[in-house]
Amino acid sequence: MKYLVLIYSDEKAGVSATKEETDAWMGEYVAYTDALAKGGVMLAGEALHPTSAATTVRLQNGKKVTTHGPFAETKEQLGGYYVLDVKNLDEAIEWAARCPGARAGSIEVRPIMDYSQAQ
Amino acid sequence: MGCFFGEHPFSFLNDSTSHFLERVHRQEYGQLLATLIGWLGDMELAEEALQDAFLAAVEHWEREGVPHKPGAWLTTTARRKAIDRLRRSRSDAADPQELETLPPAQMAVTENFDDAGEIPDERLKLIFTCSHPALPLEQRIALTLHTLGGLTTAEVAAAFLVPVPTMAQRLVRAKRKIKDAGIPFYVPPAHLLAERLDSVLTVLYLIFTEGYAATAGDALIRHELCDDAIRLCRVLELLTRRTHTDVPDTQYAEVLGLLGLMLLHHSRRTARVGARGELILLGDQDRSSWDRRAIQEGLALVEKAFNMGHPGAYQLQAAISAVHARAPAAEATDWPQIAALYGELRRFEDTPIIRLNQAVAVSLAAGPARGLRLLEPLAGELSAYAPFHLARADMFRRTGQTEQAREAYRVALDLTQNKVEREFILGRITSLGERQ
Repeated sequence: MKYLVLIYSDEKAGVSATKEETDAWMGEYVAYTDALAKGGVMLAGEALHPTSAATTVRLQNGKKVTTHGPFAETKEQLGGYYVLDVKNLDEAIEWAARCPGARAGSIEVRPIMDYSQAQ
Repeated sequence: MGCFFGEHPFSFLNDSTSHFLERVHRQEYGQLLATLIGWLGDMELAEEALQDAFLAAVEHWEREGVPHKPGAWLTTTARRKAIDRLRRSRSDAADPQELETLPPAQMAVTENFDDAGEIPDERLKLIFTCSHPALPLEQRIALTLHTLGGLTTAEVAAAFLVPVPTMAQRLVRAKRKIKDAGIPFYVPPAHLLAERLDSVLTVLYLIFTEGYAATAGDALIRHELCDDAIRLCRVLELLTRRTHTDVPDTQYAEVLGLLGLMLLHHSRRTARVGARGELILLGDQDRSSWDRRAIQEGLALVEKAFNMGHPGAYQLQAAISAVHARAPAAEATDWPQIAALYGELRRFEDTPIIRLNQAVAVSLAAGPARGLRLLEPLAGELSAYAPFHLARADMFRRTGQTEQAREAYRVALDLTQNKVEREFILGRITSLGERQ
């Protein structure tokens, strides 16, 4: 089954990090991504720019309306994601728990719909 | 289909067949369903097919008599019904052709009625699936009672005093999440087993306590719910004993502890409620009406568990209950030992409720004044918890501080919804006498 692993954290918390801290953090993600790839479970994964770089788009009466910033103000923000292909939820949860982001914030594990199984 | 599995699903049959089917439903539903899920890989389809099979049984058994192995008959019939359903739905989820060409060995198990005992017991997998921590706790509880306990939706709804449509929706949501989120149907791998078994024990414990201390409604104890929890715990004990190589001793000892705890509590079920349905506290109970057989079994389980040398929270609670069970009269209760066991329990589970119970034990071992001192720091956290105020009231009563006792009883009364418990508290207030 495919799962989208969404990494949430308070993006303001990372701002005050020193260069060493940031490097160490990056190193952990490189190692984690490596482990996912070696485990043969990773389909995709990216880090995102902070929500200050986000633009939200809606169509109102056919007219395009853009606002700066994320869709919703929340305490933790989406900072990156992985797409995993694993056997079941337990495996997805185990991989999610190993993600460095699990310590800094929270990881949401969402199953991806499989239309090939639909009737 | 929904109305068929109502409160008394087989009431329209002649008495003996209906009785028999009800018993088979209760006793074998979980195992039959688990077997079908293992085979079909689809909980909803398995459930529908099994309901079809029970419907077919209504017809056949009345006409041709009850088969020699009802469980095997139902399994075989449910398998055919599942194939029928798959053909009709033209679903790709499972290929009917594929299902019909299962390995002959597997097929033979269900085709050969005489070998019904050989059907692999898949219930442990179902237990773990139903208790998966990705499901909300209320769904875990409902699903466990429904799928493993064989309770109808209406029965589970009645047990938790919620409308049937609410419960039906709760069960549908749980099943949908299992399917959509990919919650596995298996006995978890060794490194997950301890954590998952904890969740299973929590679910069974909550089913029991809901029955034992009904939080709302007119009845103080809902015996059936306690019986169901004990029945399911027995199944868990049997299954974890069988697969002993996988289940660590620390966990198995807790399974024994929980079963012992339930049996020891349940042994007092008749003594705990008076003729008018009122609550009778442990100290006032007629101990001759305690269920001796349940006590014997409970004590043996506690002993067996402790002999394994891995104490845990359920074992310690059972040990506390065992001290009460061994006391021939309330006055003979070994309160210092109970106070010490609570102290031990706090190493595993240090909650305000456990500290409250410890304070009560200390008050009986060393006097109400010491108990009151232990209650003091809990006043904030337990301000909305009726038993805290009841315990406090009782200690004030024993130190002769009648006014404080009355006040505490009133607070407890305001926090209590259960009709029987309210009457009990009112009785206590009356017994304090008129305001001086």
